Amino acid sequence: MAPKFQGVDFYDVDSLLSEEERAVRDTVRAWVDDNLIPVIGEHYLEGHFPKQLVPQMAELGLFGANLPEAYGCAGLNNVAYGLIMQELERGDSGVRSFASVQGALAMYPIYAFGSDEQKRRWLPKMASGEVIGCFGLTEPDYGSNPAGMITMAKETKDGWVLNGAKMWITNGSTAQLAIVWAKTGTVDDVNSIRGFIVPTNTKGFSAKDQKGKLSLRASDTSELVLQDVCVSKDAVLPESGGLKSPLLCLTQARYGIAWGAVGAAMACYDEAVSYAKTRVMFGHPIGGFQLQQARLAEMLTEITKAQLLCVQLGRLKDQGKATPQQVSLAKRNNVSIATDVARETRRLLGANGILAEYQAMRHLANLESVYTYEGTHDIHTLILGQEITGLSAFN
Amino acid sequence: MKIAVCIKRVPDSETRVKIASDGKSLDEAGVKFILNPYDEFAVEEGLRLKEKAGTGEVVVIALGPAAAQETIRTALAMGADRGVLLQTQGLHPDGLETAKALAAELKGAGFDVILLGKMAIDDYNHQVGPMVAELLDLPCVTTVTHLEIVGGKGTAEREIEGGVEVVAFPLPAVLTTDKGLNEPRYPALKGIMAAKKKPLEVKPTAPGPGALEILSLTLPPERQAGKIVGEGPAAVAELVRLLREEAKVL
Repeated sequence: MAPKFQGVDFYDVDSLLSEEERAVRDTVRAWVDDNLIPVIGEHYLEGHFPKQLVPQMAELGLFGANLPEAYGCAGLNNVAYGLIMQELERGDSGVRSFASVQGALAMYPIYAFGSDEQKRRWLPKMASGEVIGCFGLTEPDYGSNPAGMITMAKETKDGWVLNGAKMWITNGSTAQLAIVWAKTGTVDDVNSIRGFIVPTNTKGFSAKDQKGKLSLRASDTSELVLQDVCVSKDAVLPESGGLKSPLLCLTQARYGIAWGAVGAAMACYDEAVSYAKTRVMFGHPIGGFQLQQARLAEMLTEITKAQLLCVQLGRLKDQGKATPQQVSLAKRNNVSIATDVARETRRLLGANGILAEYQAMRHLANLESVYTYEGTHDIHTLILGQEITGLSAFN
Repeated sequence: MKIAVCIKRVPDSETRVKIASDGKSLDEAGVKFILNPYDEFAVEEGLRLKEKAGTGEVVVIALGPAAAQETIRTALAMGADRGVLLQTQGLHPDGLETAKALAAELKGAGFDVILLGKMAIDDYNHQVGPMVAELLDLPCVTTVTHLEIVGGKGTAEREIEGGVEVVAFPLPAVLTTDKGLNEPRYPALKGIMAAKKKPLEVKPTAPGPGALEILSLTLPPERQAGKIVGEGPAAVAELVRLLREEAKVL
């Protein structure tokens, strides 16, 4: 049996965590070691999401874990939630993405913008994994610029009729429920954007898997087409309004990604260290060579910085003080350094680094998606640029 | 059914242990402590017995330092109802004194089943379970790998050398649990949150010094690196010679 993951903790970051936070982390860590790590390589190669793990993840309470117990969720704080994302992504970014979408992008909007009736109807079933959700914001021609979306919702006497297409939708073809964002006014009216709960078996709704991915292969990514999809009046999320509503969801998800990326980086670093100590070349373990030591020192430094960013961001979030711009900084930094750590690990492993038997190249390929989704690295750069200067580079 | 599970806080088996400067104890700095894995089987079995009975209580009892509260809360997070810490100053190495303290806590409390791991992975003594049984004058079945309890009577299977032994016993009884008995559940996140609210009683305890004294602790010698004698058929002759002359296994 493979040795259990022992974590990477050079600065005693554990001492910044409470007993419950550590207990949550340890539970998810053990579950990932026992159930995800043994199967992920094969699922990745075959291009399948490990669907069989969903009931176990639900049983542990991993979906919407920072939402209240009243809706069947675990009611954790944001640091514990982040640690869940860290450990899941230590296994695979695709599996973390599944949990992120379910919790932060499908359950959260219902929690934040839904009616009491919508919350009671959907959240407990989503926490228990009975209903899987997806989040439809991005469109084929509107990625970094969601304000330009052309999916429209027209109010009729019985409800709403939705028309449009959404792309790059994680969980799209597995989901029973889609949170679809559409304009309810004219196509130029950004303030008319509202969220709709659309059961995926509604007539006119179709989801098609996006084929040929070289990244996030253990995750379902789909294109959604909505053609005269009729939903009832109570499908609209009553408190949603304008682009800020979906962006608020993205802030939740990005927060989890900042933690998740650290998990992927820790997995790679752990692999790099163990390989460097055992792989012998020129009669010595390669870890004794200066070039590899420089690689490892750089990795450990960046991981340590990223861990500290996450803990402080989580504490701010728990105090209600975290800003979207702070979340942007953490997502931007942590995904970027995790990608670097994965790439350097891949290289340190030499030819072995290209094999699925090792984790580094899988994480590297995954992180290229994570770098691009939920606000690309570049867009987060511009968000920070605007925050610093007060001048927007978007317009 | 009223069930007691005695548990111990031990260093994680994956942790790299260091010996303290006194040469006879563990340097606890940087060591991660866990619920003794054999005790996990005991906790799990206790929970299953209660779930099957549909009623009852699972009480976890640990003897150890204040930090063992965290270990108790792990068991509470798995689903146990309440915990008792017999709090000592530091670690207590003597099996009989540990058993006496546990027996004093268990005596007269009306437990139907008392479960313990067959041994703790730190000291490998296998002592405490049978000693508790003896002190309480109860039947004891050690290294249980299968358990059935029906109508106040129990049947247990034990893996013995070359076979399986089946034994019957009346309740109350003391049972020690082995790997294979069950697959312990993960403490679910709601369980972890609920554990904070469950009762955990701390009772200062001062066990006697005991008759045993640890004189020294040493780490096992470092394993020698392997030797590659060559590749392909050409290496066979040399390998056979080394196996015969150096390793003396042929």
